[in-house]
Amino acid sequence: MTTVQPTQPSFWNDTGKTGLAAWIFSTDHKRIGLLYFYSTFGFFLVGVLLGLLLRIELMAPGRTIMGPQTYNALFTVHGVVMIFLFIIPGFQGSFGNLVMPIQIGARDVAFPRLNLFSWWLYIIGAVIIITSLFTGGGPPDTGWTFYVPFSSRTGTNVSLAVFGVFVVGFSSILTGLNFITTIHRLRAEGMTWGRLPLFVWSLYATAWVQVLATPILAITLVLVMAERLLGTGLFDPGRGGDPVMYQHLFWIYSHPAVYIMILPAMGVISDVIPVFSRKPIFGYKMIAFSSIAIAAFGSLVWGHHMFTSGMSDTAILVFSFLTFIVAIPSAIKVFNWVSTLYKGSISLDAPMLFALSFILLFSIGGLSGLILGAAATDVHVHDTHFVVGHFHYVIFGGAGFAFFAAMHYWLPKFYGRRYAEKPAIVAWALMFVGFNVMYFTMQVLGMKGMPRRYYDYLPEFATLNLVATIGSWILVAGLIVMLVNLFRGLFRGEPFVGNPWGGATLEWTTATPPPTENFEEEPVVTHGPYDFRGTGIP
Amino acid sequence: MTSDTGAHHIVGYAKLAQVWLALLALTALTVLITRLELGGYKVLGALTIACLKSGLVIAFFMHMKYEGRLLRWLLFVALVTLAIFIGLTFFDVLYR
Ligand code: HEM
Ligand SMILES: [Cu+2]
Repeated sequence: MTTVQPTQPSFWNDTGKTGLAAWIFSTDHKRIGLLYFYSTFGFFLVGVLLGLLLRIELMAPGRTIMGPQTYNALFTVHGVVMIFLFIIPGFQGSFGNLVMPIQIGARDVAFPRLNLFSWWLYIIGAVIIITSLFTGGGPPDTGWTFYVPFSSRTGTNVSLAVFGVFVVGFSSILTGLNFITTIHRLRAEGMTWGRLPLFVWSLYATAWVQVLATPILAITLVLVMAERLLGTGLFDPGRGGDPVMYQHLFWIYSHPAVYIMILPAMGVISDVIPVFSRKPIFGYKMIAFSSIAIAAFGSLVWGHHMFTSGMSDTAILVFSFLTFIVAIPSAIKVFNWVSTLYKGSISLDAPMLFALSFILLFSIGGLSGLILGAAATDVHVHDTHFVVGHFHYVIFGGAGFAFFAAMHYWLPKFYGRRYAEKPAIVAWALMFVGFNVMYFTMQVLGMKGMPRRYYDYLPEFATLNLVATIGSWILVAGLIVMLVNLFRGLFRGEPFVGNPWGGATLEWTTATPPPTENFEEEPVVTHGPYDFRGTGIP
Repeated sequence: MTSDTGAHHIVGYAKLAQVWLALLALTALTVLITRLELGGYKVLGALTIACLKSGLVIAFFMHMKYEGRLLRWLLFVALVTLAIFIGLTFFDVLYR
């Protein structure tokens, strides 16, 4: 495939205008994508800083750098920031916006202004959440789950924080609507459903979850506010209410939300692995189908968070069973990725290393999830550091590492410059080692009975906690190397042109960086997304 | 009832009033049902009535009865999802 010689200016200098206003009021999906990228990734860095502080506090028993109240506030804010301000909006907002319209051969999303509005809602929600830390009774201390009865009684500023999350939720719903419409209506000629890149399939499945499940979170948070401000008593057993009902409502959204985090990540992996193994993806249809299956069945398993909450035994049986069913489509994906690698011509560039480690870390996270999904073993490890290790394996080792893969794979396309390869690999190695040292140790600690959400612990846990804290430093050292290398590369690195990795999806056929309307002329699609015969790379 | 061509259907006052009365009657029923000894089925009863009521509101006040196929389908999908969510919680509520 020949490199397209751009005749139109790239989206960076099309309007002739520069400055903030040309960005924060732009309706171009690529600019909005970068807005989302920098805001969500910025919050990720804030979250990392808070996580580091948590780990430093746990470095030794007793008070190390903070007291219990500060610790409670910190893990709450760490969780809220990471979940609601980084990983849920992150994938759809940044890489969904940047890449998806180009991958389906569209000029933009279906509703560009709504797209900009979504970003604004996200920022407004974020500002409200930040405001809640410094006003009223100070930062919330409930954990990111806002469980009643504590959340309806604590004197901290829970009302404002949940209102901020409420606003961010609307941003998520609107992005979902926008993407569903875009994928249905704006596919280029020849872009059949069977030729959609798997990243697009995963965004499509995710978008449905966003549209159908997020309203339930919204209403739940309104009920918490009503409980606090009006004293409705809905969750108060003393007045005929039911606190367990809160947990149902919260997890009806928040378990599917786990799929909002992981499905797009799986999509990235499904796009990266074939390119760097120079082989068509194994089982395209099954991967596409399993995205839908995960979205559908994943919405029915929320009760596995409530095995020890006083739910009925019948419900425990049903939810445990359903949880085991969702493991099937997830495993289908893992097996298909591994089969794609088999006999491929693998090149270990940075995006591929992140993608490969995704498979391992996600599998560890997923399998430890089954330990939690079986009611009998869950009773033993519920609310321990085993759980903390488990979900970091899935959302950080899984979704987070896929986010890094996407950063290395796609950002050069939009900047026209690239990072240096060697430091990227060093960074990956440090992060991979640090990650496992920290979170595997935390899982062991959980098995031994160390509870989560406490600033202190019994002396016998001291050594392993020190190990975990040192792991967090290795991880963050790698993160810093990655950041410096990546961003220095994007702004001042070697030029990145054409299709160096030989991707077969549409974003690799247009100019680098892409012009405002993405293509010089409307593309006509003649082959599937993983048909590498025309890419000119052996 | 007035029926017009295509986009804008106007529902007559008489019809609206009838629907309103039905809603009031159902509200009264909800209150009555709390007085009966039905155990877990009380929730089921209250929910059935609530569904009937929102069905009426959606069909007449929100005009869904007169809308096109696509919109009805979308609403249907959302409602079925909600029904499944609520339905699954009964494995807890009914057997606790
Ligand atoms: C360097 C990176 C990170 C470090 C050092 C870190 C550390 C921690 C620690 C020690 C806890 C447990 C606190 C406790 O229960 O006592 C925690 C909780 C949590 N972390 Fe992280 N974490 C990091 C990254 C992330 C990422 C990337 C995400 C999500 C995308 C995340 C999401 C969460 C959530 C949701 C909680 C639960 C908060 C709660 O209990 O309410 N973390 N983290
Ligand atoms: Cu879950």
